[in-house]
Order: sequence, then structure tokens, then C-alpha cells
Amino acid sequence: MAEAAGSITVTVNGVAVRVTPGTTVASATLIAGTQTRVSVAGEPRAPLCGMGICFECRVTIDGAPHQRSCQILCEPGMQVTTRGEPA
Amino acid sequence: MSREFDVLVVGAGPAGIAAAATAAESGLHVGVVDDNPAAGGQIWRSGALLPAAAQRWKARLAAAGVVRLQGWRIVDCPEPGAARAERNGAEITRDPESEGRRDLRYRHLILATGARERFLPFPGWTLPNVMGAGGLDAMVRGGLPIAGKRVVVAGTGPLLLAVAAHLTSRGARIVAICEQASAAQMAPLMMQVLRRPGKLWQGASYRWATKKSRYLTRCWTVAALGDERLRSAILQRDGKQWCVECDVLACGFHLVPNTELAALLGCRLENGFVATDERMQTSVPGIWCAGEPTGIGGVELSLLEGQIAGLAAAGKTSAARRLAGRRRGALGFVRALERACQLDPQIRDLPREDTVICRCEDVRLGALLGRGGWRDAKLHTRCGMGPCQGRICGGATEFLFGWHADSVRPPVFPALVSSFLEPDAASELASPKEAL
Ligand SMILES: Cc1cc2nc3c(=O)[nH]c(=O)nc-3n(C[C@H](O)[C@H](O)[C@H](O)COP(=O)(O)OP(=O)(O)OC[C@H]3O[C@@H](n4cnc5c(N)ncnc54)[C@H](O)[C@@H]3O)c2cc1C
Ligand code: FES
Repeated sequence: MAEAAGSITVTVNGVAVRVTPGTTVASATLIAGTQTRVSVAGEPRAPLCGMGICFECRVTIDGAPHQRSCQILCEPGMQVTTRGEPA
Repeated sequence: MSREFDVLVVGAGPAGIAAAATAAESGLHVGVVDDNPAAGGQIWRSGALLPAAAQRWKARLAAAGVVRLQGWRIVDCPEPGAARAERNGAEITRDPESEGRRDLRYRHLILATGARERFLPFPGWTLPNVMGAGGLDAMVRGGLPIAGKRVVVAGTGPLLLAVAAHLTSRGARIVAICEQASAAQMAPLMMQVLRRPGKLWQGASYRWATKKSRYLTRCWTVAALGDERLRSAILQRDGKQWCVECDVLACGFHLVPNTELAALLGCRLENGFVATDERMQTSVPGIWCAGEPTGIGGVELSLLEGQIAGLAAAGKTSAARRLAGRRRGALGFVRALERACQLDPQIRDLPREDTVICRCEDVRLGALLGRGGWRDAKLHTRCGMGPCQGRICGGATEFLFGWHADSVRPPVFPALVSSFLEPDAASELASPKEAL
């Protein structure tokens, strides 16, 4: 996919999301409007602390589960899946 | 890449940057390990114009020849002089050659691990789009557009004002800033800030002084409402309640120091903070601590303490002592901040029996009532047993019940399974997973 200058594209639950370089994967999930995980009792959860502490922002990135998305920057073509509904 | 350092610094916030740069400028071989994607800690995040002091310190760090492991975290200190680091996202690497884990050795260790926000539970606080105040700030600096969004900022401390000011500059519509403390309780702190021209909290205090925004003291959120995500918040002030619609509710009740690593290393804690001498040495010789873990005092104090620790670790005792004098003068701010952020006991009554307290394990208030303490609650309810290891619910149960977390066990962060195996065994694991 051709990238517009100054932006990169990742997919969140299969939907393309265009972000500026330096965007965290957590912010990309918020832009996509999806939750990050489902709690043990089945509740939707999304990022809380933004600083790597709470683990609410865990998602699967390129097949690797349980990644703290607030501490990881988007890279072109990254595939992010959350346990929420599709974006 | 070297793995043996004269000085290893954990954390690249203001304290860690100052410590690393100062020690390296004194001729020592210095490494710094930091969990964030970029150096700067909680305040000097990228994504915004950085103040001149931040640019100066970052330039000094870059020029000092410090080995930087950015986007790495220290998960364990298996023996004296040794620390184990892991790279964030190691499992998603596209470069099979790059390492995910590294064992480092040091002569001096400087802990500059900073602080986290205190989160307090109320009905609805687990809904998506209810986040920390600093948390939202970090998301925005991390690329989340906020222009036009309706934001309620709530909790306590000058951080709320700093966040509201930054979000306003990004086009957010601040619906209300709810400060749980009274104006009288906040006044001495704000006067101190105003008397110190050029200090960073100034923008915030100016806003406070001119009351330009909807700044409500003695006010807090009693509930967040919404199904799958936040739709509105119920605010309360002087017994009166009302509902406001909002897109984001940003809540933070001051800061809690990150003392886990210090506790793991056997450093003495005092009232929840890491105890140090005037040169910032902890009770364990060769282990130093600087910044928020020793007391919540803002960026100026963190910078001072980082420099003192860096100089002292390098043996520059008289230079360290000169700065220690300045530090003594700045400690009054720590106490003023603490008094200003004293929590109103009514906030203890906000969670209902079905309100989640431990978000990792979905332990609700009802399950915790009547428990004898932190350990009892852990054993019987799994409160604090999830991946955050009690970093979120611990701050809440401390306020709600007066419980104190028990001893810290490694790893201080959930680590890769492979980190706890010998290198050979690790490579045999087809797909390492996090030990959650
Ligand atoms: C939005 C916001 C606005 C603020 N505004 C002001 C202001 O105007 N004026 C002011 O004085 N203060 C302000 N503060 C407070 C300021 O952020 C802190 O005083 C300052 O950042 C403390 O610096 P520090 O180096 O002690 O810790 P931090 O900045 O918290 O840095 C600690 C670093 O250590 C890392 N770390 C922790 N544990 C590990 C580990 N095990 N392994 C690897 N890395 C680890 C963390 O990820 C972090 O990067 C603000 C804070 C926020 C969040
Ligand atoms: S938002 Fe808390 S760990 Fe990422």
C-alpha cells in the first residue's frame, strides 16, 4: 500500500487506520474506536494509564499476544487485533 | 553492545536523564534503560514542543556517550551487580537477529523509576474512554487527536491543570476540571508555584489564578455512565449531583511512587518512599535513587536529585553536596504538594459492592469487604494477582482500607517466559508467550 507522506498505515481488526509517525499502538486502537481487551468477567476494557503500568491496553500485534500497546509505536503494515468488536 | 557499566540508570525521565548525563560527563561508562519508546519520562514526552530545559537535558544525554536501551525494561535483579532487561515487543520483532533480553552488570545502580497516577474506583471507572489524566495526556502525545472532544478532567493535584491546559491547546473542549480538594487546601501550594517564576507548573497555576476554565474545587465524579463506552459522567459538589455528557473522562488522584525495584533490591522504604541519604544513596551501598520514588516533588526536584546521584556515584562528593543544599530548599514543595492532594474521605464511599477494584482479575468491592489485609485479599480473591501486580488496585486499596502491599517478588514486570530460562532452553521455545 502506498503511504501518504508523513503518515503510516496499520490495520486494527482488519480495518486500515492511518496515523502519524510516533503514534502508539494504543492511540491507534482509540482512533479505530475499539476496546483493547475483554476482562475476565467479559467487560470491555481500553487503555487507562498510558505509561505501561496497568496492562489494560494489551493487544495482539503481528500475531504476538499480550503486547502493552501504549509502549509500542506503530510501524507500517502492523496488524493489530483486539479482543473487542471490529473497529 | 556493552553489557557492563560503571553506572546503570533505570528510567529516563528527568531524574534518570540528569543522573546518566552527569555520571557520564564525569568520565564513567553509563547505561540507561527505559520502558518508554522515547526518553523523557512522564513529562518530557514527544508529540509536543518540549520546554528549553528538556531540550538541553536531552542534548546533554545524547552528547555524553551514554548507552541507551530505550523501549526496554528491567524485570529482575537476580544477584548483586546484575540486572535483567527485556525489550518491549520482543516477540513482534521483524528482525530475528535482534535480542529480546539482555543481562547487564553494574557497579552502581541508580533507580529513577518515577511515579504512576493513583486511580480510585467509582462506578463505571472501567469503561473504555475513562482513563488517567496523565494517561490521556500520554495518549494525545502518542498521536490521539483530541480536537473537538468533550473532556472532563477529575481527581486531584496540579497535574489536572497541566493536563487541561495542554488538551485545550490541542483543541479539546474541557467540560469541567473537578478538583477534590478545597480551594483553601490548594491555596498554599498554588502560592508556592506562583512565587517561583519560570517553573513549569506556572501555566497551570496561572489558569488556576485566573479561573478561566471550569475549575471546580471540592468536586468529583461519582459515576461514569455508558454501555460499551463512556457517554456521560455524574459530578458531585457540596452534596449536589449533576450529569455532563463527555467523550473522555480523565481521572488521576495524584501520584504513587514506583518503588517495586527498590523494594526487590532490599532498599529501605519510609512511608512508602525510598529512603536515601543526602547524596541519594539508598540503605543498600551502591544503589542510589532519584526523582519521584523518594518523594513526589515535580520535575525541578527530580533533576536536582538525578544530578546529585550521578555526581555522588562518580565520587564527586563536594559537587554533590553543593546541590544537596539546594535540594533541601526544594523539599518544602513535596510537603505542600502532599497536603494539597490529601484525599477527602467521602471519596472512599464512591465504589459500590459491585464496583471492580482490581481490574486485572475483576475483583469487586463486595469480595474485599471484611478481608484482613492485602495478603489475605490476594490469597482469597486474587486481588492484585494479575499482570499489573497490584500497581493499580494497590493504590486504591491503600486509600480504601489502609492496606499495604507485601514484599515484592521477581519479576517486577510480567516477563517473557524465556527470560527465566537459560538461553539454550529459551531458543527451543517455539513461540515465547508472556507469563500472565
Ligand atoms: C501530563 C503531566 C504534566 C506534568 N506537568 C508538570 C509540570 O508542569 N511541572 C512539574 O514540575 N512536574 C510536572 N509533572 C510531573 C513530572 O512528570 C514528574 O515530576 C517528573 O516526570 C518526574 O521525573 P522522574 O524522572 O522522577 O520520573 P518519570 O518522569 O516518571 O520517569 C520514570 C521513567 O522510568 C521508567 N521506568 C520505571 N520503571 C522502569 C523499569 N523497571 N525499567 C525500565 N524503565 C522503567 C518509566 O517508564 C519512566 O520513563 C507532570 C506530569 C505529567 C504526567
Ligand atoms: S495503558 Fe496502561 S499499560 Fe498501556
